[in-house]
This record gives sequence, C-alpha cells and structure tokens, in this order.
Amino acid sequence: MLEHKRDGWKATIALFPAFILLTIFILFPIVNTVLLSFMDNFAWAPGAGLWLFGNTFDLFPSLGNYLAVLSDPTFIDALWNTILLVIISVPLSIIVSLLIAVALYNIKALKGFFQTIFFLPYVTNGIALGMVFNVIFSKYDTGLMNQILISLGLIASDSPINWVGADGATKLAMAVVLIVYFLWNGLAFKILVFMSGLASIDRQYYDAARIDGADRKTIFNRITVPLLSPQILYITITSFIGAFKVYASVISIFGRGPFNFGGSTGLTWVTVVGYVYRDMRTDTGRAAAGSIVLLLIILVITAAQFAISKKRIHY
Amino acid sequence: MERELYFASPEELKRYKRKQLISNVLLYTFLSIVAAFILIPFYWMLITAVKSNELLELEQTTGVFYFFPPEITFANFVRVFGAASRVNFGQYYLNTIIVAIATMIMTVVTTVLASFAFARLNFRMKEPLFTLMIATMMIPGEMMVITNFQTISILEWRDTFQALILPFGISVFYIFFLRQTFQQIPNELYLAAKVDGYGDFQYLWKVMVPMAMPTIVTIIILDMMGTWNAYIWPQLVTESDEMLMVSNGLMSIFQSAEFANFNNIKLAASVVVTTPLLIVFMLFKNYIMRGVSRSGIKG
Repeated sequence: MLEHKRDGWKATIALFPAFILLTIFILFPIVNTVLLSFMDNFAWAPGAGLWLFGNTFDLFPSLGNYLAVLSDPTFIDALWNTILLVIISVPLSIIVSLLIAVALYNIKALKGFFQTIFFLPYVTNGIALGMVFNVIFSKYDTGLMNQILISLGLIASDSPINWVGADGATKLAMAVVLIVYFLWNGLAFKILVFMSGLASIDRQYYDAARIDGADRKTIFNRITVPLLSPQILYITITSFIGAFKVYASVISIFGRGPFNFGGSTGLTWVTVVGYVYRDMRTDTGRAAAGSIVLLLIILVITAAQFAISKKRIHY
Repeated sequence: MERELYFASPEELKRYKRKQLISNVLLYTFLSIVAAFILIPFYWMLITAVKSNELLELEQTTGVFYFFPPEITFANFVRVFGAASRVNFGQYYLNTIIVAIATMIMTVVTTVLASFAFARLNFRMKEPLFTLMIATMMIPGEMMVITNFQTISILEWRDTFQALILPFGISVFYIFFLRQTFQQIPNELYLAAKVDGYGDFQYLWKVMVPMAMPTIVTIIILDMMGTWNAYIWPQLVTESDEMLMVSNGLMSIFQSAEFANFNNIKLAASVVVTTPLLIVFMLFKNYIMRGVSRSGIKG
C-alpha cells in the first residue's frame, strides 16, 4: 500500500529548500569549476563578467591548466610534502590509536575518563591549537619542545632548534612538528572508530582464544586486527584523504605566509589546498585544475585501497 | 567469580591473577602517558595565557621556564576582548554566534524536510536524486569554493552575513544521517497516524521529528561547532575587521606584528576560542561522540 502512493507535490515542497541551495552552492560550482579548468588564462576579476558562462568565448577548451599544474615545481613540492606526511603519520597514528583502543577495551575503571580526554583534540578549534603548537615548538629555548630536548641533554641550551620560525626552520624540523601535531590531533577520531569496531566483536572469540591458551600478542594479531580490518580500511582511506586536504592546521602552526602557504619568508610548507587558493583570484583556471587533480588523487586512493584490501578484509 | 572455572589448580589461578595485575599496570601506565600527551597542549595554552608580559620577558632573558607560573594575570583576556586594541573578540563572538545560529536553523529546516522526503515519500527520480546528492560528498570543498567565491563576489555579497551563512544552509551528510534515523521509525506508526487523519507533514512534525530528536540535537551541535571552527570560507569573503569570525580573529592576531612577541596574548585568544567548545563538549558528550563516530566530518 505504501509503495503505491505517489507524493510528487509533497516531495517537491519538502525537497525545494535543500535542492535550491544544493544547486547554487554545490552542483553548479562543480560543473563550473570543471569547465573553468579547461579554460586558459581565465582570471576572474570583479566586474569582468558573470561566472564562466557570461564570458565571451575567446577562451577555448585545452589541457593547458592541467599541464601547468602538473609541471609546476610548487605543486610537485606540495605533493612531496603530503607524501612525506602520509607515509609517516598515517601508519604511526593508526598503530597508536589501535593500541589505545585495545587498551581501553581491556580496562574497566576510568574507561570513560580516558575516553573523554582522548576525544578532546577533536572538539577544539584547529587554528587555536595550531597556535599552541607554534608556541610549544617555539624557536627559542623557552619553548616546551626545546626545553625537553635541553633537559634530556640532546641539544645545548644556547642552540635551540628552530622548529617553526620563518627564518631558517629546516624542512625536517617542520615535518617533525606536523607529524606530532597530526598524531595529537588525529588520535581522537581513530580511537572512536576502533572502539565501536571492538564493541561489535563477539566476546566469544576472545574467550575461545583464552581457553586455547593464546597470549595477548596472538589474540591481537589473529583476532583483533583481522576483525577490525573494515575499520582499519576506513581509517586509512580517510587519513590519506585528510592528509591531502591539510591546510588550516599548517598555516596556523607556521603562519600564513606569501600565497597562503605555511611559513612567512624563507622556507614554506606548501600544501595542495594552499596551492589552489594561491591561484584562485589570479589564475582561476589553473586553481580549478589543481582542485580537480586533488579530486582525482582522492578517487584513485579510495579505489586503490578498496582494490588492494578486497581479498584481505574479513567482514 | 566465573573466571575460576577456567583454572585447573589454585596455583594456576594465582598465576593468572598476577598476570592480570601486571597487564593492568602496563595498560594504565600506557593510557596515562597518552593522556598526558593529549593534555599538555591544553595545559600549555592555559599557563601561557595567564603569564604577564614581564614574566614572559624574564623567561626569554634567563632561559628559565615557569611550568607553574608564580603569579597569574587576566590582563591578556581583557586585552583580547578590549576595545583598546584592534582585536575585539566580543565582536568576533557575536558575529560567529549570529552566523552559527542562522546557519543551524537553515540547515535543520533543509535537512529535516529533505530527509523526510527521502525516507517517507514516494516520488519519481527519488533514487537518482539521492545518489546524485551523496556523490557530491566525495568532491573536495575547494572545487565548490572556487566558484562560490565568484558567485558571492558577483552578487556583491562580500563582507556580508548572507555570504557566511547561505552556502552552509545545506549539508548532504546531515540529510544522509537523519534519513537513516527516519527510516528506522516503523511503518505501523505511519499507518496508525493515517487512520487518525494525520497528513504527511503533520506526521513529520508530530511523530518523526520528536522520535528523531536525539539525531537532530546531534546535528544542531555538530553544525554549530562546525561554524565556530570555520576558517577558510570566512577568510575569503570577509574584508573588514568588524565581520571577522573567531577563527579568523585568531589568525589575524597570529599574523599581526603587534603581537609577534606576545605568546601570552595569542594563547589567551586561543583559550577564549576553545573554552566554549569544551563546555559544549562536556554538556553534550554523548551526542557529539555518537554523531562523530557515524561521520568523521570535522567542521
């Protein structure tokens, strides 16, 4: 009975508010940005005309913007920065958060207390905490990180490491700061996902393993990890995508320098998103091409990870 | 104790208990270390924010750091809220609250109506429309921002509240989220309501919305927190100081030469921006964690 009723006009009313905004601010922009990416020398300026469609078409479709993006050393630099972050911080944070989730799963007292603390970084303002990391990794010897290194005797008190300073922070130092920040910032969500995954695993597996005399390591490797593989895949994909979309945290730690990249003068930490925003006003077509390259990267990562893990996931 | 059933002898039980104790000590030690790692930045933010300029200078000259400040001052908070300087977090708070409430109301209206249509109504193109909508979730926001920035500029809406509000009046993810909740409401209720003479929209308002209230509350909170943390879009469309939102106000403090050497003022501003979020989190912890575990979106 329900299947046969028709609610055409009611549906129109109910969908109208959402779809008018969806069309203006999501669907149209996707189409427009795709078209823009094939236009050479399209720099949108106030008063120059309506979007793409209002412009005179002395612009014609070409792959020029894509070639420009892919051969731009700045864009390549942004990709290398992202890859550097991804290969270190993604596995590291997954392993750490998995261990934390398993530890939380195995305790009773103070469980909620720890869970709450671990979740805190998720509900804080990225810019505010980026600034805190900027101060913690201060280039002076009064910064926390340098204080720790000095008290451990790893560096001399008169030669503190320049972690985030515009003048002479090395790329390695900047990478260390970002890896620590992403570990700190990324644990919350991963722990939450792993905890809900663990909660859905039948306790009987663990009881059976214990009766068989399996030790903790075996249980972890043979039961926990395989049964959490859907969550691990999900987290891996979202972490990879997140790493490519990094922007606000970088500029809040290093400062918003020229062209929206992290760092002011001297060495900057270039991000893919920063690259898109750099060109948005001056060379809109190239920025559009950059954003579509970002989309393609995201699609490839997702597809690749699904393909790789198809055989190895235990649902 | 049921566990005792598993053990052949008292010695084995004893050994098991000792093993448990050791593993518990290890577990709690590990968790405490992680907790310290998580909390240090918050502690650092607080102690730096209450240090006076003189104390900061003393630290810089002597290189001795005060982990427990000998005296605390609230002058830095007065400064960031102050009319005396260019920075006025009172104004930024107000702007952000206006935008957050307006965005939230629009989002809730569009989300409830659209989720209702997708969960309860039958119409042509239902599946294709839903798929189209969900597919947009894969698209990185930058692709929309490039064109939306042009749209807002052409409409001459730069530096206005509508530029900050309208693009966020719809969220595909929330529609997806609420539709799932709506679909769990049993059909029998709908049929019973029909018998009682309810129309579809009456049923939505009187039955579905109250039943889905926990999800709607989650959406309200996550949406407002998202606005509170919004940075990129407001940064693009605001020009005057009076229109800044909190994250942008923070960034302008960070960037200005005036405060370059005043970490205490910078982090006082961070405290001012972070505190409301932590209060909301403590009040609505379960709603927030439930919503986030479903989504993974960050505002």
